[in-house]
Amino acid sequence: MRVMAQIAMVMNLDKCIGCHTCSVTCKQAWTNRGGVEYVWFNNVETRPGQGYPRRYEDQETWKGGWELNKRGRLRLKAGGRLSKLAHIFSNPQLPAIGDYYEPWTYEYANLLDAPLGDDVPVARPRSLLSGKPMKIEWSANWDDDLGGVNEHGALDPMVAKVREQAAEKVRFEFEQTFMFYLPRICEHCLNPSCVASCPSGAMYKRQEDGIVLVDQDQCRGWRMCVTGCPYKKVYFNHRTGKAEKCTLCYPRLEVGLPTVCSETCVGRLRYLGVMLYDADKVLEAASAPEDTDLYEAQLGVFLDPEDPVVRREAERAGIAQDWIAAARRSPVHALISRHRVALPLHPEYRTMPMVWYIPPLSPVVEALTETGFDGEDTGNLFGAIDTLRIPLEYLAELFTAGDTAPVRASLEKLAAMRGAMRPGLLAGGTSGPAPVDEDIARSVGMSGEEMYALYRLLALAKYEERYVIPTAAVGDARRLEESVLPDECSLDYAGGPGMIGSGPYGEGSGAAPPVSVENFHVLRDRQSADAPADPGRSRVNLLNWDGRGHPAGLFPRRTDGTGTTDRTDGMKGTGAAPRPPRNAHDADDEEQR
Amino acid sequence: MSIADSLLWTAMPYVTIVLLVGGIVWRYRYDKFGWTTRSSQLYESRLLRIASPLFHYGILFVLAGHLVGLFVPDSWTSALGVSETAYHYLSLTTGTLAGLATVAGIALLIYRRRTNGPVFLATTRNDKLMYVVLLAAILTGMTAKLTHAGGHGYDYRGTIAPWLRSVFTLTPDYARMHGVPTAYRIHIVIGFLLIALVPYTRLIHMFSAPVQYLFRPYIVYRSRERGQLGTRSERPGWERVP
Repeated sequence: MRVMAQIAMVMNLDKCIGCHTCSVTCKQAWTNRGGVEYVWFNNVETRPGQGYPRRYEDQETWKGGWELNKRGRLRLKAGGRLSKLAHIFSNPQLPAIGDYYEPWTYEYANLLDAPLGDDVPVARPRSLLSGKPMKIEWSANWDDDLGGVNEHGALDPMVAKVREQAAEKVRFEFEQTFMFYLPRICEHCLNPSCVASCPSGAMYKRQEDGIVLVDQDQCRGWRMCVTGCPYKKVYFNHRTGKAEKCTLCYPRLEVGLPTVCSETCVGRLRYLGVMLYDADKVLEAASAPEDTDLYEAQLGVFLDPEDPVVRREAERAGIAQDWIAAARRSPVHALISRHRVALPLHPEYRTMPMVWYIPPLSPVVEALTETGFDGEDTGNLFGAIDTLRIPLEYLAELFTAGDTAPVRASLEKLAAMRGAMRPGLLAGGTSGPAPVDEDIARSVGMSGEEMYALYRLLALAKYEERYVIPTAAVGDARRLEESVLPDECSLDYAGGPGMIGSGPYGEGSGAAPPVSVENFHVLRDRQSADAPADPGRSRVNLLNWDGRGHPAGLFPRRTDGTGTTDRTDGMKGTGAAPRPPRNAHDADDEEQR
Repeated sequence: MSIADSLLWTAMPYVTIVLLVGGIVWRYRYDKFGWTTRSSQLYESRLLRIASPLFHYGILFVLAGHLVGLFVPDSWTSALGVSETAYHYLSLTTGTLAGLATVAGIALLIYRRRTNGPVFLATTRNDKLMYVVLLAAILTGMTAKLTHAGGHGYDYRGTIAPWLRSVFTLTPDYARMHGVPTAYRIHIVIGFLLIALVPYTRLIHMFSAPVQYLFRPYIVYRSRERGQLGTRSERPGWERVP
């Protein structure tokens, strides 16, 4: 067993309202630069739909991911090492800019600069690639909300697959009743085919947290990663000539913050947490003979952090204690392994993706409500999940390589959760956790307690429960916080809690207190003080001095005898030079006289 | 032989080598981020799919031909039983074929670069200079070879090749270049100019041929090194206080 940790994400598709806030904030954070105008590290696709780039799921065309060769061993679908080098001068499966969209801007200046005339000036679109006026025909979410679905609907590769199996008659039913949103980021796979495709070795998976990154200094622009990624989440920056991809906002994760897309998600549908997995089993799991085995195989790779053996092995593998603790509290682990409601996106690509999805029950509920039945009733829902074959099959094509059983199990759990929680919640009145209908919970093989935990996670979970992110290498944190810090206890600075009395060489000896510690205290004192400046300290930190008041020791003593007048600034005790030092009482007495 | 001549055939190679090696070191140290192929395949791939492999495979073969012609002495090939005539015809036919592929490839690439809007817009002045020198080197080389193709052809293995080898043994024997046809001389000068330009243009990508890809494991893991805060080492001149 070789335990490794990975930061993974789960998205609850029932909650996605398709507002694209995640995409926009991600773009503002990462790709609002020249050369990556068309790049969306996060995008939200309407399903059924073609996705971004168009038809990226059609691996017969794009050759992304892995496949099994005749001997049952994994090989890159786009060709092995020699084939990659032979095609290095022109990558035959690279999507052209037209498969994404040609980025454009508008001639806004024309609105102001146009000469006086009869016509209202317009801002024409202009290509950002050729600089020429262009006709806008496609963009990142052109088929949003099923826009143009009667024309493009059949182009969805997953629709095509479902249709192969079901008859033509399902078409209208399908297109009339079924729609949901699919937010996508890089999957940060356990077996990343983009990393395997990179000839330069510039792409790598981080050992600590499993984030897949591109080393911008080492990338030579061979573009094989773009082909290699079946999710098409590695993009080519056409200005710098380097590959770029979703970073899972690693600078934020390292300090314990969720990714930008999670942080700004309006529906609060994203969960972030640690998964522990057995790195020795990844290859075997990814080589599962049948596509439909891959979901179970990947579940088998994950380790249960409650298992003491796993925890011991994790510790031995150098995983920090707070990471192991985080893995135990991980909402992602709960949704994937414990409750088994989250499913991987396209496991058949054999990359072992690590962004999982809770399939949406809402299309089923909606369809049910439209027929006049109670769309929230568990019995009705169970029946509907089975009868609404097409949504189920479509979801299975997305999440389980066509096997409907896991999707049905997940949807049934979600339906059961609604049914089991509803009576108790509607009755209201009681304080504490709402009662759970144990019978319904048992019908999907869960205890009432588990059902409540699932309900809590999906319906109530607050920020701290949705994002359980251990900071990067807490063992290293001290070094991170201040590079000038000496290699000793951080409280051992002069006057700090770790220092008893002054050092052997008096007050002036020892290292200076770290700036961050000093600033922290001074700032807090100032911000929480009633008086404008700090009376108690004899040292003045000029960096923090707000310019108000006369802190002790900052100015030379006055000699003109007027003394201090501003009582509130904490000048008590300094006084004017001729008078002897005195306390506040004396001053009051004197003025009263 | 004039002073200009002796400067050209003694100083020039060394200046070129200094510019080449120094340039690579400089680029590696200070401009790793700019070290890329700057591919334009995203803009246009229909023409590129034909032109780029044609040019690249052609020029690789041409390079191999140059290495054999210049660094394998006469005596070695004769020892293998290859006669002067046979060698000449071999080099003439294969060299011309590779040269033609190269010329066709680069012609198509330049046509594509000029006519395709986005590709042309992404062309820098540096690229244009590089294209001029590269094209000149290829064309003068083809001219020199083809204009001296009659009979046994021009035997550069008795003049140019020993001179070049003498450069590498630090005993530049510029007298060898006496009497070399002008077409060859021009080609050599432009060739050296091209070599000197390599590190300062996008041609640098030739030094990142990913041969190591054949030998490394598929999945690359990296770990933050102890004592290193970022994902890569500090830039030169920006090291932290220890």
